[in-house]
Amino acid sequence: MAETDSSTERATTDRDSTDGAAAGSTPSSERGDVTFTLAGVREGFVTGLPVAVGVAGYGVVFGVLAGRAGLSVAEAGLMSATVLAGAAQLIAVELWADSVPAVTVVATVGIVNLRYLLLGAALRPWFRHLSPRAAYGSVFFTADENWALTIATLRAGSRQGAFLLGSGLVLWLLWIVATVVGVTAGDLVGDPAQYGLDFVVTALFLTLAAGLWEGRESLRPWLVAAGVALVTNAVLPGEWYVIVGALAGAGVRMVTHDG
Amino acid sequence: MGSALALNPAVLALVAGMAVVTYATKAGGLWLVGRVDLSERAEAGLDVLPGAVVVAFVAPALANGGVPEWIAAAATVAVARRTGNLLLSLAVGVGTVLAVRGIV
Repeated sequence: MAETDSSTERATTDRDSTDGAAAGSTPSSERGDVTFTLAGVREGFVTGLPVAVGVAGYGVVFGVLAGRAGLSVAEAGLMSATVLAGAAQLIAVELWADSVPAVTVVATVGIVNLRYLLLGAALRPWFRHLSPRAAYGSVFFTADENWALTIATLRAGSRQGAFLLGSGLVLWLLWIVATVVGVTAGDLVGDPAQYGLDFVVTALFLTLAAGLWEGRESLRPWLVAAGVALVTNAVLPGEWYVIVGALAGAGVRMVTHDG
Repeated sequence: MGSALALNPAVLALVAGMAVVTYATKAGGLWLVGRVDLSERAEAGLDVLPGAVVVAFVAPALANGGVPEWIAAAATVAVARRTGNLLLSLAVGVGTVLAVRGIV
C-alpha cells in the first residue's frame, strides 16, 4: 500500500493509454510471447514482498476493526483469505458493526470494488495470451498494490504473465497473517479512542483520497459526493450515504462529461 | 479459543457474498473489455467512482468530528500528499489527533 499509492493512481490514470495499446497501437506480436511460469511467480513474489509488508500494516488495522465489529479470528481470517479487498473489507466490517443488513453490506462492497473492473481491463493486453485458467485464477489475487507493480513490470517489457499471481500470493499471505494478528491483539487494546484508533479509518480513507486526487477535475464530483453524503447521512438511517454520495459524485461527472 | 474459532452462519454468508462480488469485479473487467464498448461518458463516471466512494465515506465522519479531528485530517492529507506512504500518514493522523485532544 504505502509507497505504491501514488504509482497505483498514476497507473490507473494511465488506463486509457493501456487500452489504446490493446486496441492496436502496439504490435500484438510483442505480447504474444507472454509466459506463465514458476519463475514468473517467484519474481512477482520477491518483488512484491516489500509492498506486501506495507499492506500488512493495513491488515492489522483491518483485523482490529473486524474484532471490534464482533468477528472472530476465524471469521476475519476467512474474510481476508477469500475476499482480499482492503477498502471493501474495512467498509464492510464498519457497516456490519452498525447492524447494517448483509445485503446492503455486500452491495456496498460491490460498489467499492467497481474499480477492479478497470484494473482487470488494463491487464487484458497481456492476459489474453494466457490460458483462461491462468488468467482467471490470477485475477483473484488482484489488489491495488500488486496490480500496480504488475502493470509497471509488464509495461517495462517483462513477459512474466505470472507476476500478478506471485506478487498477489505474498500479499495474500501477509494479509491473512496480519488480519489474525490484528483481531487477536485487538482484544488487548481496550478503548480504541484512548490510542486514537477511532481516527484510523478516517485517516486511512483520507490517505486513499490523497492518492486518488486527480487535480481540478476531481473537485466537482468530490464536492457533490461529500455534500450528498452529508445530506443522506442526515435523512437516511444506516450507511446509505456511502452509496448515494458516491453515485452522485460519479453521476455529476457523467452528466458534465462533454465528449 | 472457542470464540476465536467461532464461525457464525450469518457472518459466513456475508463473507461468501463479499467473496463472490469481489471476484466478479476482479474477473469482470478482464472478461468485459473487448466485449462491451463503454461510452466515454460511462468511463468518465467509473473513473471518478473510487474517489467519490472514499469522499462519501469520510465526509460525515469529519463533519461529526471536532477541532482535533480536523487538524489531524489536514496533517494526514499533507503527509499522504508529500510521501504517498500509508503507514506514515496513519501514524501522523493518529498521533496528531491524540496530541490535539490532549491540548483542547
